[in-house]
Amino acid sequence: MISKTKTILAAVLGVSVAATLALAQSKPAIDPARIDAMLKTAFKAAPADWAGRIEGDETMKICSATNNAPKADDAKKIEASAKASMKYPDDGKLLGDWQKGERIAQSGYGMRFTDYPAANPNGGNCYACHQMTKQEVSYGTIGPSLLEYGKIRKFTEADTKAAYEKIYNSHAVFPCSLMPRFGLNGILSIDQVKDLTALLMSPDSPVNK
Amino acid sequence: MKSLRTIVAAIALLGTATFDRAAAQQDAVERELEKYRQMMKADPWSNPALLDADDGEALWKKPAGPNNVSLEKCDLGKGPGVVDGAFAALPKYFADADRVMDTETRILWCREKLQGIDNSEFLKNPHPGGGARVKEVGRIATWIASKSAGMKFAAKLDHPKEVDAVEVGKVLFNRRMGPFDFACTTCHADSGKRIRLQPLPFLSKPEEAKKVVGEWPAYRVSSTHVMTMQHRVLDCFWQMRMHRVQMGSEVSNALIAYMVKTAEGGDVAAPGMKR
Ligand code: HEC
Ligand code: HEC
Repeated sequence: MISKTKTILAAVLGVSVAATLALAQSKPAIDPARIDAMLKTAFKAAPADWAGRIEGDETMKICSATNNAPKADDAKKIEASAKASMKYPDDGKLLGDWQKGERIAQSGYGMRFTDYPAANPNGGNCYACHQMTKQEVSYGTIGPSLLEYGKIRKFTEADTKAAYEKIYNSHAVFPCSLMPRFGLNGILSIDQVKDLTALLMSPDSPVNK
Repeated sequence: MKSLRTIVAAIALLGTATFDRAAAQQDAVERELEKYRQMMKADPWSNPALLDADDGEALWKKPAGPNNVSLEKCDLGKGPGVVDGAFAALPKYFADADRVMDTETRILWCREKLQGIDNSEFLKNPHPGGGARVKEVGRIATWIASKSAGMKFAAKLDHPKEVDAVEVGKVLFNRRMGPFDFACTTCHADSGKRIRLQPLPFLSKPEEAKKVVGEWPAYRVSSTHVMTMQHRVLDCFWQMRMHRVQMGSEVSNALIAYMVKTAEGGDVAAPGMKR
């Protein structure tokens, strides 16, 4: 008797779950293909080789669809692909020139439609989002303060590598980070990533003074 | 005008400022802007955007285009020729165009359908560069918006196509694009954040959207011209490293529908004044 009731209950529950699911699905979801087509039309002034700027890769598709809160398995997938994307300098030296790094951190130049043909190297615009040195008070707050970044981490080799990787592809340790993937997306060269790593991790950099 | 010049000078200085001068000057800019906003309340004619609104009215009434007619029979949603309160009820679905349209898109439509103007040439470069005056469509939009000043945003947005536009706008607002992986939400989905020293409104939060969305079109002090909402959206796409978004496209209209829906019940204070 009890087990029969259970079966019926389970069946009823099953039906109602199915019905709820069907209802949820019949709610007009926006078809991603429609959005893509709409964007292509809206940006028809863009050069043909900008198509990828609209489409985005698998990581961006997941981040957009989940409002930057990916489910655990998707988060793992993003982390893994970001780790696999890392490229390092041939000579294995991760610290470049912090003075060049400071200029890259200040510059927001590059890849805007008014920046072609390019008159300057691309910048990282780090100050748009981060506090970095005590001297520069015109800094944004979308990202955490990076004051004394290397000093706090005792300038260790492991943390130097982590900083390099953060700049190269921020999603390796923070899936769906709001920070641009400077290395992977070709915004900055490997040498520029090294210069920024030096800005964060050199004892003589103003970040650590 | 003296106060306006002070703000322009302060903003220009901000561009070259370093060390703690920048913060002090940022405060100075905010103080000057606030003084200016107060002055505008006392004397609305101190907003240079009203010169453009004035000209927009003249353009609306002047016969033009191959058909040599004015825009006075243009239906902005409240019937042909009704301008008062029209802006406060836009964007809206228009059956004749079978599209959801904002003010600027509707002006383009009326230019084409009533005046017989081919907009394609204009649409290649519809927004002013820094220092240049807002173009004709923007001037007309500024005038139309000013005729809703003091009203509440009350676009119904309940027609299925309007509901759809708002939902599409929300998807677009969250969509990360371009080589910097930016979405509107990168910069506008949190309170109290800034890019460098520029404060960023949390546009998906009604309390914050209500405060700012109704101020557009606005006189933008840093570029010394009126900037319309279609232009504002283009400028943010520029920061996102996306190309020129087509004025009046489904994308920009959906984003505007989404922002106006979020700002529902907020005051229309156009033309506003922005840094
Ligand atoms: C659009 C905003 C944005 C820009 C531009 C940006 N970042 Fe970030 N950054 C963030 C955010 C948000 C975080 C926190 C989430 C995370 O760790 O990914 C972050 C985190 C970091 C961290 C890790 C901080 C920690 O707690 O260990 C480092 C290092 C960093 N950024 C360096 C940089 C550098 C260098 C640049 C410029 C080349 C840069 N960022 C540009 C938003 C940004
Ligand atoms: C990289 C940062 C960034 C992104 C991404 C961005 N914006 Fe903005 N937005 C800004 C800044 C900075 C301002 C203030 C500009 C100024 O002060 O002139 C602003 C201002 C605005 C305003 C006017 C707000 C006010 O205070 O009146 C609107 C509306 C707006 N953005 C919409 C959008 C939309 C829609 C998108 C996406 C298509 C977007 N933004 C993407 C940085 C951004």
